[in-house]
Amino acid sequence: MSELKLPPIDYAALAPTLILLGAALVGVLVEAFVPRRRRHVVQLAVALLAVLGALTMVVLNANDRLITIGGAIAIDGPALFLQGAILVLAAMALLLIGERTVERGGAFVAQAAVTAESVDDRRQAEGAPGATEVYPLTSFAVGGMLIFVAANDLLTMFIALEVLSLPLYLLCALARRRRLLSQEAAMKYFLLGAYASAFFLFGVALVYGFTAGVPGRSAGVDFATIHAAVAESPSSPVLLFGGMALIAIGLLFKAGAAPFHVWTPDVYQGAPTPITGFMAACTKVAAFGALLRVFHVAFEGARWDFTPVLGTVAVLTMLVGAVLAVTQTDIKRLLAYSSIANAGYLLVGVLAPTSDGVSGTMFYLVAYGFSVLAAFAVVTLVRDADGEATHLSRWAGLGQRSPFYAGLFTFILLAFAGIPLTSGFTSKFAVFSAAFDGGQGWLVIAGVLTSMVLAFPYLRVVVLMWLSEPGESTPAVVMPGWLTSAALTIGVVATLVLGVFPQPLLDLAAGAAEFVR
Amino acid sequence: MMEILAKAPVEPVGAVTYATAEGLLGSVWLLVAIPLVSAAILLLLGRRADRWGHWLGVASVGVAFLLGLTYFFQLRGLENRSVELSLWDFIAVGDLRVDFGLLFDPLAAVFVLLITGVGFLIHLYAVEYMSHDPGRRRFFAYFNLFVAAMLLLVLGNNYVMLFFGWEGVGLASYLLISFWYVRPAAATAGKKAFLMNRVGDAGLLIGIFIMFATLGTTQYDEVFTGVGSLTATTVLLLGLLLLLGAAGKSGQFPLQAWLPDAMEGPTPVSALIHAATMVTAGVYLIARSNPIFSANSTLQLVVVSVGALTLLLGAVIGMAKDDIKRVLAWSTVSQIGYMFLGVGLGGAAYALAIVHLLAHGFFKANMFLGAGSVMHGMKDQVDIRRFGGLAKYMKITWLTFMAGWLAIIGLPPFSGFFSKEPIIVAAFERDDWTAWLFGLAALLGAGLTAFYMTRLFVLTFHGPARWTEEIDHPHESPKLMTIPLILLAVGSIGAGALMVGPVPEWLEATAGLGGGSEAAHETVLSHLAITILSIGVTVIGAGLAWFLFRRGTATEPQPAGVLVTAARKNLYTDAVNETVFEKPGIFLTRALVYLDNRGIDGLVNALAAGVGGGSGRLRRLQTGFVRSYATSILAGALLVVAAFLAVEAGWLM
Repeated sequence: MSELKLPPIDYAALAPTLILLGAALVGVLVEAFVPRRRRHVVQLAVALLAVLGALTMVVLNANDRLITIGGAIAIDGPALFLQGAILVLAAMALLLIGERTVERGGAFVAQAAVTAESVDDRRQAEGAPGATEVYPLTSFAVGGMLIFVAANDLLTMFIALEVLSLPLYLLCALARRRRLLSQEAAMKYFLLGAYASAFFLFGVALVYGFTAGVPGRSAGVDFATIHAAVAESPSSPVLLFGGMALIAIGLLFKAGAAPFHVWTPDVYQGAPTPITGFMAACTKVAAFGALLRVFHVAFEGARWDFTPVLGTVAVLTMLVGAVLAVTQTDIKRLLAYSSIANAGYLLVGVLAPTSDGVSGTMFYLVAYGFSVLAAFAVVTLVRDADGEATHLSRWAGLGQRSPFYAGLFTFILLAFAGIPLTSGFTSKFAVFSAAFDGGQGWLVIAGVLTSMVLAFPYLRVVVLMWLSEPGESTPAVVMPGWLTSAALTIGVVATLVLGVFPQPLLDLAAGAAEFVR
Repeated sequence: MMEILAKAPVEPVGAVTYATAEGLLGSVWLLVAIPLVSAAILLLLGRRADRWGHWLGVASVGVAFLLGLTYFFQLRGLENRSVELSLWDFIAVGDLRVDFGLLFDPLAAVFVLLITGVGFLIHLYAVEYMSHDPGRRRFFAYFNLFVAAMLLLVLGNNYVMLFFGWEGVGLASYLLISFWYVRPAAATAGKKAFLMNRVGDAGLLIGIFIMFATLGTTQYDEVFTGVGSLTATTVLLLGLLLLLGAAGKSGQFPLQAWLPDAMEGPTPVSALIHAATMVTAGVYLIARSNPIFSANSTLQLVVVSVGALTLLLGAVIGMAKDDIKRVLAWSTVSQIGYMFLGVGLGGAAYALAIVHLLAHGFFKANMFLGAGSVMHGMKDQVDIRRFGGLAKYMKITWLTFMAGWLAIIGLPPFSGFFSKEPIIVAAFERDDWTAWLFGLAALLGAGLTAFYMTRLFVLTFHGPARWTEEIDHPHESPKLMTIPLILLAVGSIGAGALMVGPVPEWLEATAGLGGGSEAAHETVLSHLAITILSIGVTVIGAGLAWFLFRRGTATEPQPAGVLVTAARKNLYTDAVNETVFEKPGIFLTRALVYLDNRGIDGLVNALAAGVGGGSGRLRRLQTGFVRSYATSILAGALLVVAAFLAVEAGWLM
């Protein structure tokens, strides 16, 4: 028996992931050893420092283009760009998660195990300090996302998918108010997520079978092997197509594309708002990062086969998101459907067969992440004695009560609607022009038409805020603490800057649009 | 031979070039900037400037006048008497390059002097006239804004700059006509002026577009140089569009109806904007564009016809009006008709039209201010049937108004004689039968002018008093009002004789206004005969009016024949506008609104309802049960897998 030969590992290239996972473990130890009073500050500091440290490492690694740890991880332009994006957005989300002045004790429940709606539960809702486990859980999720966008084989990708998903299921269950809704959301997310993971895993198996059937090559699920097998496959590849379909389903579930979007509104509504923002920004980046890698690296040779199917999914997603957003009455559900429609636009970018498509999608992800986090930051501020006032009727006349925050929210909604001078316009333009140049005009037409439909629900909120008289039940906006203020400022400024002066980020994305195989 | 070719000028014949402004003339932009800054100060400071604001307004125009004089004398020393000053690139988009540049040449110079000179006197007068009005500061702000825009209009070195000023004076005119915006009549008149001007402005704008489309430029020098390369049809179209713009601004047929209504504004506004300066912008436009108009004889015929028709129209309606300001307004329409006649005749008559414009600026401003003085003393009464015998009470107003009256009817040695009579002579100087047509029209116009102006003068200042009860003792206006009147009266008397010689010579340096190149036509009548005839019709008209109205007139409208009734109703021009434009316009609007509501909105609303309904129905699929979610995911998965397999099997694509 020969000696076990370990593959070379480039620790510097893996450092961002290792830092995050390490910080998550440190967070677990903090839970055990640091007194309860200080835990919140320590945990927040550990998580933020880890994110910033990881971000520093990503910047230092900016010129890496390599495959390491035995072909499991590819550190290339898209991986580094998306890791950077996830880290920046995660930092913003952590600011929102750490906010404790808007609501006494923060947005998270103190003891998740207390029976929902019981006397104890109501007592803890009054202001017991929230659970600090959220920080290690978030760190684990971010670590998983970092692996997810860099995974260079399907098994690593599956592991990363689970690493990022499991903490998210838990986080969804930790809302301080409306415990039942929150727990129900987590339960649904978990069940459906597990269901989707099964699809993914089955797809991996089928693809493995496919590669095993290509003569003269060893079987495997790493992307280079799959790429070569797709290119050389002599026979009718039923296994390939079945596997590709199932893997796509697993990823599209995470991305929130129709018809695999059904969990999104319920989970977005039930989850604590900072976690909703985190999911809308970071999970989106991770899921689309994986989609980009799988379809631009592994299955590139089958482009002309998967484009019509995924294109149909994209159109359906845009339609479902836009049309269903029209009748929503809850701001968080409305933003959920908006995020579904945006998943459709992102798919348009994924399906553009050029590096412009890759860079456009990456730009879109960053721009959308900033805007959506800012939007959820405002949602956390509009509240009354019972917590956040998310029903749209409560937002009527907000422009007169709190013109500043209503103005910010209006700006963000205009960005979602894709009005010029906001990042929404630039990012939509980037993906649509890439798709148009790539010969996918039908997707662009569908995108533009649904954008028009989607403008209606956004403008409805704007009209509601500014042109309605404030009612008895219109809550005032709570003054945000410095954490939320910082996150909100970053999000709004980024939305404006990426609309007015997008070129540096576009250049950065364009320079990072080549995958390694 | 080769040498000759080598030395041949590269520029086509008739090329127009301007020297660059240097030295003192380099600051010619101050002319526009000073009143503009003053207007901005008056508007921005608000009530804080109420106490001294009007004096700032007067001073800014006075300074502009002095500067204008200085530049004027500077210009005399220059060889081609034209300087151009490019300030910055105004618009630079693709092939369209528009210079923010000024052109100071003899034509611009005389306009600058007229605008700032007469403008200064009217500003001075307005200090007193508006002294009881709480909005006096606002009034002076708009007035200064007008002066700045008008100066920009005449100083621009391309058509876009001209249009910029053109819209600026339109805005100022609108603001000032409806200055007393709480009066419904004033607000309506402002809107009417604005809308009718829009029609003309659209013409001018399309003309500028055509220039850019065919010549690729809007600079005066390049357009005039290039106009020879255009086809006759293009020139005709271009000229007609410019003429439409000119007719709108100058109250010429068919866009004359707004000008009399504009008298709802304060009287100094009527004097400055609607008599002396803004309404002559159309004449300026045609004179400035003379290389275009001279390039096509059909175009000139159209301009002459418009002028002749309008001068008769204005005179006939003027005879039937009883409102002192409206008579003067229709008289303005008629006199500008003379100017259009002049610029339409081309050649040397361009300069004659400008001379008449300058002389008219003096005597019409004089008479409007005189009318204002009368109204001031008569508690804002404007009906000439309720005046009479005012000569005794308002000596200065009477004498100065008399100077204006004698000037406009054109008796020697008053200025109208020197400025109007040459136009009549020039109208006879045509080759064919049109000489008789236009000549006799101009002659008839002179007689009608003499009649209605004498009627106005006699009914106001002579005959028995027919005042309304509340007036017992009319009073003369204060010095601040009479001094400008006296100065303008002096101008009315002397300006014509002084200007008729030097001004055409001075204007020769303006691009295309030389006129010497064209051989003079023989007049169909001798010059002396025309002079005698024109003095004759004037005396007959004036005498007839004197005879009819020396004993006053009825104070109520009298039954009248067809012609008088028609004239009282503006020769039915408003009715024509109403039936030809307003009614179909309203119908078209209604039809479009109907189409919009039922067709376009219907489609949009149906779509929206469809989306909303679909949304409501789809929403029900979102049941909240995990089992149904899982089912829909499974169904979606089956579809996606089936689609992939179908692609693989070649069933799709």
